[in-house]
Amino acid sequence: MFRNNYDNDSVTFSPQGRIFQVEYASEAVKQGSVVVGIVSKTHAVLVALKRNAEELSSYQKKVIAIDEHLGLALAGLASDARVLSNFMKQQSLSSRLTYGRAIPLERLVSSIGDRAQTNTQHYGKRPYGVGLLVAGVDETGPHLFEFQPSGMTQEMVACAIGARSQMARTYLERNLEKFADAGREELVKHGLAALKESLAQDKELTVENCSVGVVGVRAEGAKAIEAFKLYDGMEVKQWVDLVAEGNETAEGGMEVDS
Amino acid sequence: MNHLPQAWGRPRDDVYGAYDASYLQSNGPNQHTQSPIVTGTSVVALKFKDGVVIAADNLASYGSLARFTDVKRLRTFADTSVVGFGGDVSDMQYLDRLLNSLDTEEAYSTSGHTLNAKNLHTYLAKVFYKRRSDFNPLWNQVLVAGLDGEGKPFLASADLLGTTFSSPSLATGFGANLAQPLLRKVAPDEEAASKLSQEQALEAVKESMKVLFYRDARSLDKYSIAVVTKDGIDLKEDEKLEKQSWAFADQIRGYGTQVN
Repeated sequence: MFRNNYDNDSVTFSPQGRIFQVEYASEAVKQGSVVVGIVSKTHAVLVALKRNAEELSSYQKKVIAIDEHLGLALAGLASDARVLSNFMKQQSLSSRLTYGRAIPLERLVSSIGDRAQTNTQHYGKRPYGVGLLVAGVDETGPHLFEFQPSGMTQEMVACAIGARSQMARTYLERNLEKFADAGREELVKHGLAALKESLAQDKELTVENCSVGVVGVRAEGAKAIEAFKLYDGMEVKQWVDLVAEGNETAEGGMEVDS
Repeated sequence: MNHLPQAWGRPRDDVYGAYDASYLQSNGPNQHTQSPIVTGTSVVALKFKDGVVIAADNLASYGSLARFTDVKRLRTFADTSVVGFGGDVSDMQYLDRLLNSLDTEEAYSTSGHTLNAKNLHTYLAKVFYKRRSDFNPLWNQVLVAGLDGEGKPFLASADLLGTTFSSPSLATGFGANLAQPLLRKVAPDEEAASKLSQEQALEAVKESMKVLFYRDARSLDKYSIAVVTKDGIDLKEDEKLEKQSWAFADQIRGYGTQVN
């Protein structure tokens, strides 16, 4: 009686001009745990909250290094992210091989955008069920891009996707003007603080459930880059401790303001 | 009227008899480019303090016949690099189209990113190596002049075998034998090249073009010359060789014993 006749496949438009399968794919992104990306004039960072299926299991990897100059964080179907990240690795390598050049981020991101778009246009295919934040450095400096299953890609100053990411986005919007001139450590700190905002009530940031990816230019305007590095486990302890302590003072400070 | 399309335009079997297909070789080895036909001779280039000078004459020879005398063998890429082509002219024209489409593609999909001379050289070397690995080479040797990623002068060679090398001065074909020794006197190493002024480099290259015209039977006194610096490319395509020295020829008579 009230069945939706327009959501059986991605090649059917609804009478309102919507493609429900693509919208369902976006829902998959919202089920994934939250990831945050921020970019400054010199650095781009990715911060991710990892989930474990149960106490005894390991935590799902959320940040993937693609090439020396870029990496991504995912929210949604991890296997779709693997497909896309493998493709991105190939594209990056092919650029290095044929031109001896690090692939421009904008081009790489629009190429996965095109791939995702094709999947919404052909019968028998399905949209990717994953959202990505792609952070990296190229000739034109540090960049952060958002990728959605619809094929939409956008350059962002700061972004958060995944479950309960709205809270992280609110934090990012509040602190927006601080990002451009922020240094490496400060950027990571903001990232973790944003992540903390979106945590469920009984959860805390720990060395087990955080991942941080950092990439940057060595000095402003310089050609040399600080290669993309993924920090996991004990390597993130310095930052996690910092945000855990910083939280009390920050909240205290806010109370004084209001 | 024959209603079968496959027979249209063919000699009629009822008038001329069945066509003897044995003349058509339908199998046998694939044959690729065997040798160059219309050719360009040397390309000469020299690095200096803030850029590179590159030159090539305007002749395309058909064997020993000086068949085409206004063939431009230097082409610019993205207003930042110059490629000088030696060898087969049809393959040069193919590469020219390839580079045009590469330039267009690059402009389509990116803003603020350009392929510098070093990237361009890597790309061309890969194209050459791919083709020679298919046993179907592009019969050229090219010099790529411009600036590299750090903004330093860049000059390198790539050829039909996919071989690459670079040096403060480079010359292809006959130039490798005649021009290179002259250029190396001016710039024996990278350090010397980094001290050369643009005028010195220009003069050295023009001098080698003259020597090449004296001694290379497939060369011409009309040539193109380009200077690439960070400010762009200054390309002149209708230069004439100046101050040639032929007056001494009056004094030479016979091959030994003839006095007058």
